[in-house]
Amino acid sequence: MNVKLLYFGRPREMLATSGEIADLPAGVVDVAGLLAWLRERGGSWTTELADARVRCAVNQELGKLAAAIREGDEIAIFSPISGG
Amino acid sequence: MSISIQQHDFDLAAELEALRTQSAETGALVSFTGLVRDISDSEKIESIYLEHYPHMCEKALEKIISEAKQRWSLLGVRVIHRIGELKPNEQIVLVATASTHRVDAFAACEFIIDYLKTAAPFWKREQTRHGSHWLETHASDEQRMQRWFPEGEKND
Repeated sequence: MNVKLLYFGRPREMLATSGEIADLPAGVVDVAGLLAWLRERGGSWTTELADARVRCAVNQELGKLAAAIREGDEIAIFSPISGG
Repeated sequence: MSISIQQHDFDLAAELEALRTQSAETGALVSFTGLVRDISDSEKIESIYLEHYPHMCEKALEKIISEAKQRWSLLGVRVIHRIGELKPNEQIVLVATASTHRVDAFAACEFIIDYLKTAAPFWKREQTRHGSHWLETHASDEQRMQRWFPEGEKND
């Protein structure tokens, strides 16, 4: 399943990437599963993408980590927002 | 165009003038301007850097303004949020509301900035002499936001 991943805030800086197209293995069905899969890359991916550190949006709507993901979704992973 | 996300500064007086003259029914004009403070957690701030999520940001702000328009009687709304590098005392954000009576303009202005702080995808990084760090949503901002949703009907 292909999805578009975007990173903002602290993860974008620490992972040194703003996004990627990822081909997720079968079994990754929600954002929490996606994060667990990304953490397997090790290093900053493991430390920066801990569940408690990040927030997410699926198709540009803020969501919980339990949010389901589907083929073609745009999933953004970021540190807690801090505008204004 | 009631929403702008931009790097360049805005002219507060010109923005308020535009909102003021939009309707002769306007009896109240309220605005909030957020600025870059030079001190944070007792550290001197040299600059801040603001990043945003294009498209989602505009959508989130449109949703916030449309919710405000459902709750209060508004004649006009203007929101400007800057991005990029900003120095202490520079303007970051403007929320301006126009209504027939002050109650609606006051409440809507406060609601929009409170909601923006917890739901609009912007990120702030502070640069001090010792390095930089990303700010996180303040618990006090979350609490202020919750006041507007007493029944817990906010579903995001």
